[in-house]
Amino acid sequence: MNYSSQKSLTFNPSLTRNIGNKVLTVASALFAIISVLPLILVISYVLIKGGSYINLDTLILEPEPPGDDLLSAGGIGPAITGTFIMSIIASIISIPVGVGGGIYLAEYSKSGKFAKFIRFGSNVLAGVPSIIAGVFIYAIIVSTKILFGSMFSGIAGGISLSILMVPTIIKTTDEALKLVPNDMRRAAFGVGASKFTMITNITLPAAFSSISTGILLALARAAGETAPLIFTALFSRYYITSFDDLFYEMGSLSVLIYNFALEPYEAQNQLAWAASFILVVVLLSLNILSRWIGKLGDFSKNKV
Amino acid sequence: MKKASTSKFSLRTRPTSEKLVDIGFKNIVVVMASMVAIVLFSIFAVVYYESTESISRYGLRFLFSSAWNPVKDEYGAFTAIYGTLFTSIASLLIAIPLGVGTAIFITENIIPEYIRNVIGIMVELLAAIPSVVLGLWAVFIMEPFIRPFLNIIYELFGFIPFFGTQPLGAGMMPAILILVVMILPIITSISKDSLNQVPSKLRQAAYGIGASRWTTIFKVIIPAAISGITGGVLLALGRAMGETMAVTMIIGNSNNFSWSIFAPSYTISSMLANQFGEADGSQVSSLMYAALILMILTLLVNVFAQWIVKRLSLKY
Repeated sequence: MNYSSQKSLTFNPSLTRNIGNKVLTVASALFAIISVLPLILVISYVLIKGGSYINLDTLILEPEPPGDDLLSAGGIGPAITGTFIMSIIASIISIPVGVGGGIYLAEYSKSGKFAKFIRFGSNVLAGVPSIIAGVFIYAIIVSTKILFGSMFSGIAGGISLSILMVPTIIKTTDEALKLVPNDMRRAAFGVGASKFTMITNITLPAAFSSISTGILLALARAAGETAPLIFTALFSRYYITSFDDLFYEMGSLSVLIYNFALEPYEAQNQLAWAASFILVVVLLSLNILSRWIGKLGDFSKNKV
Repeated sequence: MKKASTSKFSLRTRPTSEKLVDIGFKNIVVVMASMVAIVLFSIFAVVYYESTESISRYGLRFLFSSAWNPVKDEYGAFTAIYGTLFTSIASLLIAIPLGVGTAIFITENIIPEYIRNVIGIMVELLAAIPSVVLGLWAVFIMEPFIRPFLNIIYELFGFIPFFGTQPLGAGMMPAILILVVMILPIITSISKDSLNQVPSKLRQAAYGIGASRWTTIFKVIIPAAISGITGGVLLALGRAMGETMAVTMIIGNSNNFSWSIFAPSYTISSMLANQFGEADGSQVSSLMYAALILMILTLLVNVFAQWIVKRLSLKY
């Protein structure tokens, strides 16, 4: 290194450190592009390829048995309703449990031993692979035929999805309630509210938008899950026609994609792409909706 | 003028019903919270109970044998365990530089804020795409696209056992690549959050003594955020080990052990997804044993992740 370049305070682009800086910056930009690339590729293929197979028949009809006749492929109607029904069942179970658990953690026992254990437990439960939730429900509901003697059922599928939703909902409820300023609690107690009134009338409404963000995200994740459904709800080609049908095999978009993608027939593969289109559009809208709701309830920018 | 009340303060006595509601509500939320613990324990208990038959018959031999023959009742999960560990660790090695690099790119002042936000949101939306859709994409688009490249590697380096099979479609390598796509969002978003939490004073101090941007990043910012990054990486490892659908669709589902990364293989979760539906008898018990192993592996990784985050938490 020569004397003048060491002494000079002006930026010298030929110094090793400045060249290294440039190289690393370009490398990190490259990494970012590579990371974003799969999303663009997957979304564009699903939207273009899947979207071109979407028409009213596809959305309403029942899928036909496998065969390579394009005209007889049928549609994905039962799978759409199946995914919807099982998501509803999963929400009915997991929202009370998740929100209730979150209320306990944030309002009753902030740092007790039990609360610590429950927080740890819900983190562990969040890390349990989704297929294990399916195996578990298979063992306690499907193979024991505990539900009126029927094995694979939409209800079993919904229950297995609810196991995946609970940890997310507990965590977001807990964190949302912790963000509610304590002054609001004191004010409520100060005017003579009971703890129940305080929670239902003050803290839950204040945290409502963040909690619903969590619920929507959990729902979006559950609706796209396949692994636990393969051997709890199995698959069905038919619409459900009565309440009793909840206790029998039920189709879903994700299992339809899995089953039909591996069929050697073009017509079935097209239905798989069409189902992916519906699933991706619904899940991305849920995600964007939750983002938007989450922004509405940001305490740092709100009037509270 | 009348006085509003005779005394300045009147103590309100709580009616019994209000007390009952209060106590009842507390009990309900305690029960809801306990559900987490109950479900977690019963998952372990049920999976262990269901696999006892296989555990007592094969014991630890199960871990090291790759026999899988339902007709002769011989089971061993070595191929699946090796596949699980190999695919998840290999995908992690690829995803760490990509994810952390992206996180640095979108937290440091390199590009305008709106581009940063767009990249951040896009990476997070990638996490919203269901595994089975990525699997569909991998089977029909990605794998045919990369096969010629893999073939070139096979022809050049085929003498190394690692590349010793001709890539003919589904196999370990496409599975690793799709796992990279699936765990990238986790690593990126957690690294981004922990990089964002590094106080800007540290950055200013480093720049103040004349450090360059990347010296600052490597010597100051990454060490300060290392706990969060490590936690994110471990969470991603847990996710990769348990990931099922995309891997099942692209890994080829073969129980024949091979060193080659182009050969079809198995992971524990793909084995479960593939065989559980039509298994019966002692095969169910053996699959449950495999599920137990998978659960213990992911549990260890997750607990370790939580411990690391606590242990190495921000020193600044």
